[in-house]
Amino acid sequence: MASAWLHPGLLVIAAGLALALLRGPARAAVALAAPLVALGVVLDAPAGAAWSGTWLGLQVQPLAYDALSRLFAVIFAIMAFAGGLYALNQKSRLELPAAFVYAGSAIGAVLAGDLVTLFVCWELMAVGSTLVIWSAGTAPAYRASMRYLAIHLLGGVLLFAGIAGHVAATGSTGFERMALDAPAHWLILAGFLVNAGAPPLSAWLPDAYPEASWSGMVFLSAFTTKTAVYVLLRGFPGTELLVWVGLFMVFYGIVYALLENDMRRILAYSIVNQVGFMVTGIGIGTEMALNGAAAHAFTHIIYKALLLMSAGSVLYATQKRKCTDLGGLFRTMPLTAACGTIGALAISSFPLTSGFVSKSMISQAAGDEHLLWVWLALAAATAGVFLHAGIKFPWFVFFQKDSGLRPDEPPLNMRLAMLLFAALCIGLGIFYQPLYALLPFSTGFVPYTGSHVVVQLELLLFSGLAFFVMLPMLRRTLTITLDADWFYRRLAPVLVTAGFLALRAMGRTLAMARDGGMRRIGAAALALHGPQALFARTWTTGGMVLWAALLLAGYLLVVYA
Amino acid sequence: MSDHWLVRPSSIRLLWRVFIAVLALTVVAEFLVAHHPHFRIESVAGFGAWYGFLACAGMIVFAKGLALFLKRPDTYYEDGESRDG
Repeated sequence: MASAWLHPGLLVIAAGLALALLRGPARAAVALAAPLVALGVVLDAPAGAAWSGTWLGLQVQPLAYDALSRLFAVIFAIMAFAGGLYALNQKSRLELPAAFVYAGSAIGAVLAGDLVTLFVCWELMAVGSTLVIWSAGTAPAYRASMRYLAIHLLGGVLLFAGIAGHVAATGSTGFERMALDAPAHWLILAGFLVNAGAPPLSAWLPDAYPEASWSGMVFLSAFTTKTAVYVLLRGFPGTELLVWVGLFMVFYGIVYALLENDMRRILAYSIVNQVGFMVTGIGIGTEMALNGAAAHAFTHIIYKALLLMSAGSVLYATQKRKCTDLGGLFRTMPLTAACGTIGALAISSFPLTSGFVSKSMISQAAGDEHLLWVWLALAAATAGVFLHAGIKFPWFVFFQKDSGLRPDEPPLNMRLAMLLFAALCIGLGIFYQPLYALLPFSTGFVPYTGSHVVVQLELLLFSGLAFFVMLPMLRRTLTITLDADWFYRRLAPVLVTAGFLALRAMGRTLAMARDGGMRRIGAAALALHGPQALFARTWTTGGMVLWAALLLAGYLLVVYA
Repeated sequence: MSDHWLVRPSSIRLLWRVFIAVLALTVVAEFLVAHHPHFRIESVAGFGAWYGFLACAGMIVFAKGLALFLKRPDTYYEDGESRDG
């Protein structure tokens, strides 16, 4: 059985390194075969730790399977396959290898049975994803990749400090459920949340991802944030703080996406929004909610990749990314428009799409727990998803005005990747049992009841009405919206420059004071010891005798008086 | 090319009529299915419809309000950062 000794994550990483050397059909064969082999291994492997040992005196389990890790490894392998297919015609020689190292380390992270292995994979993901952004080859992409790396190294430091504290306190490297009862656990949570795109650092995601190439962002959307969802599911289920963090992310994503003009930044904000639903579910923490969060991560990877493939095809064909430059593309790119619309319906959780069968579990859990405000917020956010991504993306890119652009459909491999994921979006919406069977708990949840479907359709369609009624307020402008990244992109450089100038001014003042002081000491020394000064001039013999006599008289007085 | 079926004024009028008919249908359908409400507010007639509409209108207005303070030209960061590329 290959599953006992073959590590699917390492396999995909090795394939990535091989891809750097291969060209032509061999490159295509490896890019398509490696994720499929990894998928087969993950599905075949029995539950439990497949690898274990000691490393640096620590117990490690680099390969361990259970229902939750298998679910995430399955979707990561599927994503690597579809992403590889979509990116086959990518000219960059760096991007696909980097993306496979990134995907493989994400698979390694979810199959890690201990915190040490998790940390190693976590950092490898940061390196792989930075290289994916970097390989776009533009100056803005380079700068964005450096900002991205800085934030993720910060997250890595927080995580490392937390893990070190946890191991020191408990002596165990096992990755188990943690309570927020020690600083080390707070640090681990903070490290996880940085990668999830949680506040206050959400801005790294819409800042960096849209600078990647047309194919790069497809990979980026899948792994980092969903690995974070996985570790939160395993480490912090039922942590109430996560409900509020998640709801903040949900509305942050909607509001910022509504104001955004760049089509892929709209989709980047909507990643934060969708991860917010999952984080909220993890915070609610019942079996229904955790199933919902896990299932939503699974379906989200597919429909978000599909949306970004369709946006990537538009970017590939037109070299344009702003809604103000786009529009009317459905005429010559009908397949891309149809696939983008299917992705948009799935992200909006329309009945018969994958988003519906996953997200309704999170709402159901909020209802079952009688969390009225959480439930109302989730319902409003469901309508808001249709507003900011479900209609806004396809409308401004493929419909609205006629931009005059008449681009062709993208090459065959890109079309096939889109068709595959569009089929999965609808297939999982109708035949959801295989997905439910992979979930960690069995809850017997039935997504398609008359009440669920009708209320969902009301929410979504009236959200659509709001969009078209208020369309003048949503007209796109050539603007961005300031975010927390302003602090490190604008304020910090200004402060550093100002601090530098202040230091220089202070140095100059000190130097002047020093020079002035030295001059005064010099002048005083000159006055006393200079060539004609008091202590240096030649004295007369008579004067010396007088002073000597006075001194001796002084002695007499001191001794006998 | 502007006379593609989808963009003709007559078809846009037709699409609006169909859309409004579908909206009405969803509200009517609410009375034909069994409900198991968790909260009292769910039982108010057309809850999904008015709540969805108002929530979206609220979010759009909030976003526009936020934009008054946080909106900048999309070249905002390029000016400062292009030096050190």
